[in-house]
Amino acid sequence: MRDRSNPPISGASFGANPSFADLLRDSRPEIVRSERPVSHTDVPVPHGTTVLGLKYADGVIMAGDRRATAGYTVADAKMRKVFPADDHSAIAIAGAAGQAIEMVKLFQLELEHYEKITGDRLSLDGKANRLAQMIRSNFPLALQGLVVVPLFGGFDHTAGEGRIFYYDATGGRWEEDDFQTTGSGGQPAKNSLKKRWRPGLSRSEALRVAVEALIDAAEDDVATGGPDPARKIFPNALAVTVSGALDVPEEEISAAVTTVLEERP
Amino acid sequence: MSFMPYVSPDQLMKDRSEYAHKGIARGRSVIGMEYADGLLFVAENPSSTLHKISEIYDRIAFAGVGKYSEFEDLRIAGIRHADLRGYSYGREDVKARDLANAYSQSLSTIFTQQMKPYEVEILVGEVDGDVSGTTLYHVLFDGGVTDEHGFVAIGGHAEDLTEGLKQEYREGWDLSTAVRTGVKALGSPDQREIRSTDVEAGILDRTRPHRRKFRRLEDAEIAQILSVS
Repeated sequence: MRDRSNPPISGASFGANPSFADLLRDSRPEIVRSERPVSHTDVPVPHGTTVLGLKYADGVIMAGDRRATAGYTVADAKMRKVFPADDHSAIAIAGAAGQAIEMVKLFQLELEHYEKITGDRLSLDGKANRLAQMIRSNFPLALQGLVVVPLFGGFDHTAGEGRIFYYDATGGRWEEDDFQTTGSGGQPAKNSLKKRWRPGLSRSEALRVAVEALIDAAEDDVATGGPDPARKIFPNALAVTVSGALDVPEEEISAAVTTVLEERP
Repeated sequence: MSFMPYVSPDQLMKDRSEYAHKGIARGRSVIGMEYADGLLFVAENPSSTLHKISEIYDRIAFAGVGKYSEFEDLRIAGIRHADLRGYSYGREDVKARDLANAYSQSLSTIFTQQMKPYEVEILVGEVDGDVSGTTLYHVLFDGGVTDEHGFVAIGGHAEDLTEGLKQEYREGWDLSTAVRTGVKALGSPDQREIRSTDVEAGILDRTRPHRRKFRRLEDAEIAQILSVS
């Protein structure tokens, strides 16, 4: 077994490093992303657009539209941007899609690896902090235009409540009190949430508020895809509560979409 | 140059083997057993935090006896190996056979080339698909591997336990029967009853509706199972 990046004690490494990202970088550097300078202006790459997270009575709801764009092209109409990070947290991504999905995969493995090696779950703060470090390591690529800016939400078992974190491209991390959005349609979505969100929403109310924010974003931002009932394309959403991070079934989302659209003048 | 007295390879291996055997015999045992829904690992372990049984990957579990630091070393190496495999290829490409081979290679190298052999024996188990997809490998301190069926006991009283279980074991037991029989067998060599708080048990349950099939049995669950006789 190789010694890895732990502080040495009389020549030998001390303890087992529970980080999968470190393991990968040390043992298989060739399959980790290349450091070669690239620019998305040279190569058009798909970008994911609008995602949001909001607190509600039972925890946190994370949701996102389904569109990915490459320049003026719709690269994917059914992309998934909201993922469970582990059993009690979720990550929603906006930015360079390939980069972002890889980061999600690595982050999920990072949490699982930590849990298996140490036998303990990382605290929610620990997970949020680890994600910040992973975004920071992507910063050279962010400078080339391959920005990844996720939202992270989870259920904090110590505090007994849901919590939301948002990030910038440099790995800056902030905790949000009520709701947050990111991506190209983030601003209109946030304006919408500002008017509709209030503390202690029920699950169905929270879903309606989230869906409405995504619809508002789709109306004001060309890169955000609105719901398309004819083709059965609806936003994705995950609810993170004390009992886990679970997908919100499509019927529930389509019902929320119908309600919102019916209420529109 | 230092002078090393001649020792025949025969004698050298014999000494090392004896040394490892002695170390393993001092420790307590672990039983691995197939039951209706998958694989059960059960051990006597007074500590509820220093585990002998643990998860390696989605469908693979590990159990070790002997020197804690050494099998813990192997456990961590196994998790790293599996996670790297799964990341580089696909999650379903991580197999117990590959892992058992890696352990075998490692232990064999340590046995022949290092100052002292590892004083450990390990089990690597996997569930996949239906009953026929269940595999259980037993890896010895010198790198020897055997493919076990039904049940296997490793550690201090392995031989006595195997003899005892041979009479009792039946295929297709439900979990409670398997746990009860396993715990009874663990106490049988020196005629004691093992307290439920001293039992460590983990299962690979192929019916579990989760990607990760490994689950540790909680103290309350074990106590409840053992209270019924």
